[in-house]
Amino acid sequence: MTEFSWKIGGEAGYGIMTSGLIFGKAFVKSGLFAFDTNEYPSLIRGGHNTYTVRVCDEPIFSHSKKIDILVALTKLAVEKHKDEISENGFIIFDQSVFSVSNEEVRDDINLVPIPLTEIATKSGGQAIMRNNVAIGASFALVDYNFEHLVDTINGIFGGKKGEDIAKTNINVAREGYNYVERNFPKFLRSIKISAKKFAKRMYIIGNEAISLGAIRAGCKFYSAYPMTPASSILHFLSSKENDYNIIVKQTEDEIAAIHMAIGASFAGVRSMTGTSGGGFSLMTEALGLAALTETPLVVVLAQRPGPSTGMPTHTEQGDLKFAINASNGEFPRVVVAPGDANECFYETFNAFNIAEKYQIPVIVLTDKFLAESHSTIDPFLSKQLKIDRGMLLTDEKAKQIKDYKRYENTATGVSYRSIPSQIAMFKAATDEHDEYGRLSEEQSDRITQMDKRFRKFKVLESEIDGIKIYGDDDADITIISWGSTKGPILEAMKIFAKKGVKVCFIQVLYLMPFPTTKMKLLIEKRKNKIIIENNKTAQLASLIKEHTGMDIDYKILKYDGRPFTPEDIYEKIDEVLTFAKL
Amino acid sequence: MPSFEELTTKERPTWCPGCGDWGILTALKKALVEINAEPTKTVVVAGIGCSGHLPQWINTFGFHSLHGRALPVAQAIKLSNHELNVIAVGGDGDGYGIGMGHFIHAMRRNVNVKYIVHDNQIYGLTTGQASPTSEKGFKTKSTPHGLIEEPVNPIALALATDCSFVARGFAGDVPHLVKLIVQAINHKGFALIDVLQPCVTFNYLNTFEYFYRRIYKLEESGHDTSNKEIAFQKAFEWGEKIPIGLFYKKERKTYEDELPQISKEPLIKQKIDNVDISQLIEEFC
Repeated sequence: MTEFSWKIGGEAGYGIMTSGLIFGKAFVKSGLFAFDTNEYPSLIRGGHNTYTVRVCDEPIFSHSKKIDILVALTKLAVEKHKDEISENGFIIFDQSVFSVSNEEVRDDINLVPIPLTEIATKSGGQAIMRNNVAIGASFALVDYNFEHLVDTINGIFGGKKGEDIAKTNINVAREGYNYVERNFPKFLRSIKISAKKFAKRMYIIGNEAISLGAIRAGCKFYSAYPMTPASSILHFLSSKENDYNIIVKQTEDEIAAIHMAIGASFAGVRSMTGTSGGGFSLMTEALGLAALTETPLVVVLAQRPGPSTGMPTHTEQGDLKFAINASNGEFPRVVVAPGDANECFYETFNAFNIAEKYQIPVIVLTDKFLAESHSTIDPFLSKQLKIDRGMLLTDEKAKQIKDYKRYENTATGVSYRSIPSQIAMFKAATDEHDEYGRLSEEQSDRITQMDKRFRKFKVLESEIDGIKIYGDDDADITIISWGSTKGPILEAMKIFAKKGVKVCFIQVLYLMPFPTTKMKLLIEKRKNKIIIENNKTAQLASLIKEHTGMDIDYKILKYDGRPFTPEDIYEKIDEVLTFAKL
Repeated sequence: MPSFEELTTKERPTWCPGCGDWGILTALKKALVEINAEPTKTVVVAGIGCSGHLPQWINTFGFHSLHGRALPVAQAIKLSNHELNVIAVGGDGDGYGIGMGHFIHAMRRNVNVKYIVHDNQIYGLTTGQASPTSEKGFKTKSTPHGLIEEPVNPIALALATDCSFVARGFAGDVPHLVKLIVQAINHKGFALIDVLQPCVTFNYLNTFEYFYRRIYKLEESGHDTSNKEIAFQKAFEWGEKIPIGLFYKKERKTYEDELPQISKEPLIKQKIDNVDISQLIEEFC
């Protein structure tokens, strides 16, 4: 396995995000694998942004701690990240703005001073294109075909409108490449990497995968209020609203967003809303409205560190119990936590089927790390997916029903759902009601309807397999986790494998209904059970205790707003187990 | 097409005898008969409060949503199927208090939804607290020393937000209210009808008699409904004389007019069985 990591750091407003995307995608073009993650403060100009891209000739699932090439657009970037640089790694920096010496960093680090800004402006671009000079220069350090970079820039800026912009960006990048060729010939093509076999793959972030899943599921209505890290769903879907006939509505607040999604679903179209924890707090009352009126609903909750505004542009898994318990009263819901972009796509598609089949709210729980990181995955197999609208009535079927009871007390708990314009009329009510939907405060109606709603859950539990297992069955260590930690855990397992340690990873994909029976069976006889979560209080561990009565041996938790790296996980596990042996 | 009886439910409303809400329900049903509305293609959406129960007592589709939230639900129903006749009902606490944000944005958005507000200037279902339209100095359970705030002026607010149809009705004059509702439904765009609706149990000030002595009809006073400035002046007329009727009307494009997504057919009629996303997948390769 060969790999390298590249990081660009500088102020916000320097165009770092686009540069990072171009850099990673250029490698995916030839059949290599890339994974990226970004870090940015909650401001538009200034501050310190970074974008890290890891490239490998085998499938990868997360970034890693070490960087081989650091592109520093500011001195601060050097100071902050010099310790992450691998032995004999490179620092490309903007000589037009500042200087760096080996005494300041380390002797083994190869310094590549380049007048980035000067080259950018001299070769027909603007100062902001210094990033592209740096990308070109970075490319010169890697033994790789420059044409893939040209292709990628054309793809991102191309089209009729962007032709000139693409051309200038390519020129500027080429100048960066040439500068290294002329001035640092010994560094030229020193990092060797090539694809083992070509295959066409996607380079996509979690939010885009969710959007594609929703479009494929026939989502026709998306209402949302801007909130990081969910906003890119809003952006993506609105950019496609006319191609796929979706009404994408930015609303006055999250309360309106969820009520609109509920209204659209009541009218009979598949709908979704998306937000982060703060916005979800505003949505909680309406989550109960969807539940009581049995209106199908899909909500994406992309977590960030709370409470309150917390750290708006960072990552955390602090809302698991919130998602499970949100809203007053008791009602069934589904909480699914995709662990990668692939699951983002398929589970969002499934979420729409589950929501309609069981006429309940489904929460797709992600976080900033998953929502905004690109990974390299096989193209989605979208043709094989089947839409299931459950007991939604057709016009014909509606005509045949006499004495229509919208909330009929059926064996499965699910009852026929008509939509406005059909002959089978009903009223959806936020108050408790009888089988017809008429308000009722009778004890018998209350018990019937509560039991009806919860009966769906029994059926659901048997239908959903909430757990995925990776690694060795006879493992020395069993890792249990959920959501976006999946990537770094799978990468940490590679490190353990090299050391000959057998590790098993239990990924809880569906947190509600909780896969109690399977979890019990799986962990009963295992030793060294370790929970890994991106939060302070080990919420999954507490759910496992609640549902199975079992304790977890060790907890590795991170709540600094940053995702785990594989190295973090490896070192922490090593630490707790060594400590345990003492 | 429906008769008044067909729109009437077997269950009788649980509103207090003599409540203004009865007049509004009657007027709505009569208006629906007059415009030949198909009950199955009509959706009445409500929030919470005494007004919130209205959908229960009219034989159409209904959605009884949360407090203050009738408008977002109603707008989305209309956007999803613009062939439906969508009527939202609310109250003064519901629509001008907790739901105020939605009210303002619905008006600027101009989705073709009709909004009938049961404005009784008091919280009825929670047994008599001050509401956003209660008069300054009004003593209620929550304001025993008199209300300090100035009341919201929904008509002036609607005019300021470029609402395309701004009217005020009176629950004590059903024939007049029927006319207003018919006009509102025939108007293409968002329509507000603020209905003075005496609460016979908790509002001892703004009674039927109070209004009978004060109200006059704008259409009988030669009011020009296309003149926003005069409409504004009329909006601030409150005291000895209180105008009812249509204050202002303006033709402008509805929100749904501007959506190419639904220019050929409503969202609800568009097939979703096999959406082809191969082009999108290609974009990411």
